[in-house]
Amino acid sequence: MTLPNTSSENHEVLLRMEGVYKSFPGVQALSDARFELRYGEVHALVGENGAGKSTLMKILGGIYHMDAGQVYLEGRAVEIHSPRMAQDLGISIIHQELNLMPHLTIAQNIFIGREPRSKISFLMDDKTTNQQAENLFKLLNLQLDPTTKVSDLTVAKQQMVEIAKALSYNAKILVMDEPTAALTDTEIEELFSVIRQLREKGVGIVHISHRLEELKQISDRVTVMRDGKYIDTLQTQAAPINQIISLMVGRIIYESAPELPENPSQEVVLEVRNLNSGKLLKDVSFSLKRGEILGFAGLMGAGRTEVARAIFGADPYDSGEIYVKGQRVHIKSPGDAVSQGVGYLSEDRKRYGLALGMDVKENVAMAAMKKFLSWLGWVDFKRTAARGQEMVKALNIKTPSLEQKVKFLSGGNQQKVVVGKWLTADTDILIFDEPTRGIDVGAKSEIYKLLNDLAHQGKAIIMISSELPEVLRMSHRVVVMCEGRVTGVLNASEATQESIMKFATMRGSVVQASA
Amino acid sequence: MKSETKTAQTLFRSDAMQRLMAFSALIVLSIGFSVASPYFRTFDNFVGILLATAVNGVLALGVTFVIITAGIDLSVGTVLTFSAVLTGVFITNWHLPIPLGILGGVLAGSLAGFVNGTLISRMKIPPFIATLGMLYATKGLSLVISELKPIYFNDTPAFREMAMGSILGKIIPGFEVPNAVFILFGAAIIANFILTRTVLGRYTFALGSNEEATRLSGVNVAAWKTAVYTLCGFFAGIGGVLMASRLNSAQPALGAGYELDAIAAVVIGGTSLSGGEGSILGTIIGAFIISTLTNGLRILSVPQEWQMVVTGGIVILAVFLDILRRRR
Repeated sequence: MTLPNTSSENHEVLLRMEGVYKSFPGVQALSDARFELRYGEVHALVGENGAGKSTLMKILGGIYHMDAGQVYLEGRAVEIHSPRMAQDLGISIIHQELNLMPHLTIAQNIFIGREPRSKISFLMDDKTTNQQAENLFKLLNLQLDPTTKVSDLTVAKQQMVEIAKALSYNAKILVMDEPTAALTDTEIEELFSVIRQLREKGVGIVHISHRLEELKQISDRVTVMRDGKYIDTLQTQAAPINQIISLMVGRIIYESAPELPENPSQEVVLEVRNLNSGKLLKDVSFSLKRGEILGFAGLMGAGRTEVARAIFGADPYDSGEIYVKGQRVHIKSPGDAVSQGVGYLSEDRKRYGLALGMDVKENVAMAAMKKFLSWLGWVDFKRTAARGQEMVKALNIKTPSLEQKVKFLSGGNQQKVVVGKWLTADTDILIFDEPTRGIDVGAKSEIYKLLNDLAHQGKAIIMISSELPEVLRMSHRVVVMCEGRVTGVLNASEATQESIMKFATMRGSVVQASA
Repeated sequence: MKSETKTAQTLFRSDAMQRLMAFSALIVLSIGFSVASPYFRTFDNFVGILLATAVNGVLALGVTFVIITAGIDLSVGTVLTFSAVLTGVFITNWHLPIPLGILGGVLAGSLAGFVNGTLISRMKIPPFIATLGMLYATKGLSLVISELKPIYFNDTPAFREMAMGSILGKIIPGFEVPNAVFILFGAAIIANFILTRTVLGRYTFALGSNEEATRLSGVNVAAWKTAVYTLCGFFAGIGGVLMASRLNSAQPALGAGYELDAIAAVVIGGTSLSGGEGSILGTIIGAFIISTLTNGLRILSVPQEWQMVVTGGIVILAVFLDILRRRR
């Protein structure tokens, strides 16, 4: 594909961000991040989950404020304090979760906050609003009726509305965060043709994407970020995908080889066959053995959590079969799952895993309350306390007392309380969703040890993780997902950061073509 | 053919459908009561229903705006009392001219609404709590200001004439429909105009539909939200004046509980508590359903306590039908 002249000859710099630092409580999200955008350029921004792409762009959009750094727009230093200010400077961001008002019409959405008024200034002029929207669509060759309610549109069309809205602010810079994540192939083609038109008009476009193949189709340059840092900027056409991937994952050698014992058992305790759920899950099949830690890798939105929630009965699924220890089971609620011996440790412990205002022993007993009832139906405090004490000892939970409210414990100890809860419920299959998220480095290795011990004791463990080193270090086998499909299952010996990333970015059409 | 079923589905799901359903319910109710009791279908009773709807209807107009923003206002009942009492103070105790007294009463309601809006949008107090506080505060203030006694408008017969007189009856003898009914319709037309034609109306929907997106579009969310609650207080103020005029007195102990009737009317009228949709026409129909039901059941000698049970059932049924409609 040849690029239009504007982008290859006009090298004038539209935007430059330098030395950007940003920290959130407990995390250094950006350190010395950099970015440059030219007129009429599509510039892809890539990196693993948490690399800092979205944070950098939210700073550009005035949603976050940087701790340090410089932003130059058309050569002038600017400070962007609010979304409104970004708009006025010609910067528009289309967020991953679309920011539209579903109950309003397309035209009303586009002109919200600056509605054309009639002669009496507080009255709206809907005719002009619709007319102006119509003109905008003509300019972009879009087939949209301005009076349609946004809630009646497909995601792809809603995205077009967002683009039209951005352009109606005379945007010079358009940032698109994962614009293709929810689109079909034809819709992506439509989107790209709109992007190409904008490029020809000199608009600078930042394209954040996890889909590496599609960068070749649309972008001129690609900037790679890792751990909040700028890594490199390449000409897309000249850069092989493998090179981009290795820049994304880095060359750092993480701690030693897996300390996992050889998985002795061949007994399959959980088997999932052809699990389907709307657009979220497509034909997901895998099996889990006793004493095994099965890693689930993939990018955000790949469907890993959805698989876990479906197995656990937290969300309904359309079709598929689930076997626990060879028996077909119909799990319709988390209660069913627990009685089948399946426990789920959510990625959001505070919201879904713990009763924060209750104490350690009460949380430990919560999923198996029946065991702690006396024959008249009241809670036997002695037994609850004894069990709590047992778990505090076994899991090495650091708490001043059993009566400590769990909200005052550290992240690592909270995680252990959740584990204690599921051990008390006697579940043999444990699904850990991001077990070390928000846990500091020291506590992480304790959690790893705990996972190992559990596997050793014969528990079967599914570990969903977005941290590749963690997946590589902790898993006997790795299931890789992309867009609701299982794209690969790797043994510990075959799994590398590169091989996992390859499967994690393998889109549906590619899978079908190679199958 | 596929598109036909789709059109039919869209029609079924549309807001117009909700209003049509509510309106049909009102017709069915009226026919049912007419068949059951000859007294129900008399002109006098019809006027009685209209009059009984006036205060609750005006109150519900303001609540419609608040609920469309996905908020709630529990204070409208006692803000109504507060406005009525102040109107009494202005006209009877201070001997202010009637129009000035009315203006004062309406402004008092608006002020209470403004305070609600400020608490909610600037101090980020949840609407339920902020307006619950306002409910108690205005209830207490009404009792303090009136010294626990009703204030009568016996010196100013013209004040009572405002709601209970009948301009229509003077034009067409025999059609003695009280002015209060026309005040309700006038207020409804104004409310509908504000909701559908003005910027305030547009932002009312936008706030309820996606507040964050509205904020990111550069709209001053706090200011407009305050305006919505102020408007709600404004309508509560009109309701208070209307009520005082109708009873020829400001009753400091009356009004608590009216907010629930108003919310019920809004909900029966198809305005979603989750925000983003709703209409004035729906609210008016909802208010009429409640007063028709109350009136009809009373004529059929159903005890008042059972009337409440039926009203409760109707509210739940209306919302359930709405949920069914959305689910398809």
